[in-house]
Amino acid sequence: MFCLRHLLRAVVLLVGFTATAVAGPYEDALPKFSAGSYSETDEAIGAVASSGHPMAQAVIEALQDGRLLAGNGQVFIRDPSGGLVNAATGQAFGAAPADLKPVRVNNRVRRAIEAALGGLTLLSPNAGTRMEAARAVFRSRDEAALPNLDKAVGQEGDAGVKQALQEARAAILLTKADASAEDRLSAVSTLRARGDQDALALLSNLSADSPPALVAAAQQAADAVRSRLEFWSAVQNVWYGISLGSVLLLAAIGLAITFGTMGVINMAHGEMVMLGAYTTFVVQELIRTYSPGLFGASLFIALPLAFLVAGAVGILIERSVIRFLYGRPLETLLATWGLSLILQQGVRTIFGPTNREVGTPAWMSGAWEIGALSLTYNRIVIVVFAFSVFAVLLLVLRYTSLGLFVRAVTQNRRMAGSMGIRTSRIDALAFGLGSGVAGIAGVALSQIDNVSPNLGQGYIIDSFMVVVFGGVGNLWGTLVGAMTLGVANKLLEPYAGAVLGKIVLLIAIILFIQRRPRGLFALKGRAVEA
Amino acid sequence: MKTQSLLDRQSIVVLALLAAAAILVPVLNGIMAPGSALHLSDHLVPLLGKYICFALLALSVDLIWGFCGILSLGHGAFFALGGYAMGMYLMRQIGPRGVYADPILPDFMVFLNWKELPWFWYGFDWFPFAALMVLLAPGALAFVFGWFAFRSRVTGVYFSIITQAMTFALMLAFFRNDMGFGGNNGLTDFKDVVGFPLQAGATRLVLFVLSVLALAGGYLLCRWVISSKFGKVLVAVRDAESRTRFLGYRVEHYKLAVFTLSAMLAGVAGALYVPQVGIINPSEFAPANSIEVVIWVAVGGRGTLAGAILGALVVNAGKTWFTGALPEFWLFALGGLFVFVTLFMPRGILGSAQDLWERSRQRFRTNRPAEALSPAAE
Repeated sequence: MFCLRHLLRAVVLLVGFTATAVAGPYEDALPKFSAGSYSETDEAIGAVASSGHPMAQAVIEALQDGRLLAGNGQVFIRDPSGGLVNAATGQAFGAAPADLKPVRVNNRVRRAIEAALGGLTLLSPNAGTRMEAARAVFRSRDEAALPNLDKAVGQEGDAGVKQALQEARAAILLTKADASAEDRLSAVSTLRARGDQDALALLSNLSADSPPALVAAAQQAADAVRSRLEFWSAVQNVWYGISLGSVLLLAAIGLAITFGTMGVINMAHGEMVMLGAYTTFVVQELIRTYSPGLFGASLFIALPLAFLVAGAVGILIERSVIRFLYGRPLETLLATWGLSLILQQGVRTIFGPTNREVGTPAWMSGAWEIGALSLTYNRIVIVVFAFSVFAVLLLVLRYTSLGLFVRAVTQNRRMAGSMGIRTSRIDALAFGLGSGVAGIAGVALSQIDNVSPNLGQGYIIDSFMVVVFGGVGNLWGTLVGAMTLGVANKLLEPYAGAVLGKIVLLIAIILFIQRRPRGLFALKGRAVEA
Repeated sequence: MKTQSLLDRQSIVVLALLAAAAILVPVLNGIMAPGSALHLSDHLVPLLGKYICFALLALSVDLIWGFCGILSLGHGAFFALGGYAMGMYLMRQIGPRGVYADPILPDFMVFLNWKELPWFWYGFDWFPFAALMVLLAPGALAFVFGWFAFRSRVTGVYFSIITQAMTFALMLAFFRNDMGFGGNNGLTDFKDVVGFPLQAGATRLVLFVLSVLALAGGYLLCRWVISSKFGKVLVAVRDAESRTRFLGYRVEHYKLAVFTLSAMLAGVAGALYVPQVGIINPSEFAPANSIEVVIWVAVGGRGTLAGAILGALVVNAGKTWFTGALPEFWLFALGGLFVFVTLFMPRGILGSAQDLWERSRQRFRTNRPAEALSPAAE
């Protein structure tokens, strides 16, 4: 009997004990939600978030969505379907008390909610969610998240997430005055390793009354991060420059051929680029309608077609107009300008004046992360493409009989004619070749520019600058010209701004022409005066 | 080549037609009752004034292209600079009547939160200074640009391309708000010019007559230049630049002088254009505009002066009609005009007409050999 009573007492005690254990910080905090004061709500959020209770996240999310109801010291979650759940026990609750009201929030509370959720989702089973949470904590630097963060770092399996967590932890520790000196120093080195703009901001904003050793370390780290960032931004500018340069190269290389062989200023060259872009558009539309599976290959299908379309139009122009104007370069300039207006308006009439949508195949979207850089695939493809076109053209001119004839006509038209080269046929073919290359440039440019009837206008002045700068009759000149202008443009941009940089460059070219009126790589000899 | 006296038959016809315009337009607009069939409606006066300004611009291009072989694809820049000089004067005349009612600063500067007038705006409230700037700003640019270009013998298409680059660079520059010229809105909302309200019909008529007078003056000036010994050297430069140089002429000096003069003429055209149109903005610098001017000259007849005036009037009247009646065909028409004129009418309307006239007279002579012996009535 005695035994039984003891046992009973023990059970009661045990039950009482577990009851008090269950009524931990979580249960203590919950009634504060019903107090109706923002500061108590704020405290309750902190307490709930750090309790580690399984319901904590649900409660705070409900609060965020306005689904947390409170009244008479009891708190309920209304799930989206309308049923009520007792926040303390997690059990569904049938009949709701009549006087429940949603817990009100203000901006301060909302911030607390976000910080708390950031801390809670750190332990989510989903790696993506944990990554997001780590980044959120890095930004908010909420000290309340520290316990969860420590726990998360300890059990994290994914290396990337673990690094993000450590960086978040370092961000908090760096500014936490009562953290240990080693912790704060190691936080400095973690941030230094991160080495981006955010890390720099943290390191350089460290308050001056921190321990001197720490301030010095942060200073050193900030300098290191700063020089690293400067290096990468220089690399990035050069890359943008190369990318712009290859666009210019694509646009100008066809011009270099027509201008080089015939001395013809083809003002309709930009419209050949535009025709290429519209060919891409038409090809993609057909593919979308008839066999969507081929979409990834649309650009490869468009390339030869654009070459043919633009080349055919080019030969047509040469045979019908330019042929009659040889030896009168200024008249040719005016006539081709007129042709460019006609082509523009023709395309506008057929396809409408608005931009047409040219899609990017899946294999060209995305980016390649290297260091602090992210190089988009379409830019990389265009750079590679521009250089391939250049190389192919160089080989064509160097090793085919057409190339031989074109070079001969470029260097000395009359002599070439005397040797039996049909110069007028070579003119037509060279014009077609130049126009065709402009067409395939249009395929590439359709990926990075708006496909509209004005597409060509945007490139014509730049292409002329490249050709004039590089010199006529030499493809290498065009390459050097395009790359120089592209890189110089992008290197000037951070200092002078985009527009002013461009103006400076135009003036520089105008002055350069004074020094070398025939460009960087000028043809030498008697043929020049022609 | 036939020697051209200052007042040959062509000049008399041009001047007589201009005088007729200067008299008829005010009479038809101001004196005829608004209901009558002969009345010229009010909106046509500034439109005709605009054409006259374009004709002066075309004249300035013909002076260098037709007689010296310099194809400038940037003459719109000089036109626009003259226009901006005038626009700055008109801007200062607004005074406290602007939206922000600042007595000194134009509205756009108040809007951009500028505290004081930039130095290059000083003096533009005084008309004579502004008028001087209308000549000096384009003239100075042309002098500096031409000095660099001609000295290093940049010729032909290379020169055309760098003039195009020049006007493109200026367009980009004037589009910037920091430049202090109103950014892409340009200068507008003018109230009055030397005390006369711009909206009044009488002011518009006076501006029209002034434009006609300027065109007549410009025409006489160009005539005088090309009929002088200086003009003969210009033509020699056009036809054989190297040979002229070997004969001992400093070709670049001649080119520079005529280029600068031409730019000043273009500036005057721009200055008269702005008060009649009521706005000047950076799109006037667009390279396409300058190329269009060249086609006016080509259509009318390069190297005839009168042809430039004719071409500007014909093409612009055509443009006004086309953009009203068949807007989508205007570019086809303009583009076709470029191609057609360069291929089939290399001497333009006036040149082709002269050819036809000469040919028919020759046929007349060969048919009646007896009459050909007596000197034809000139």
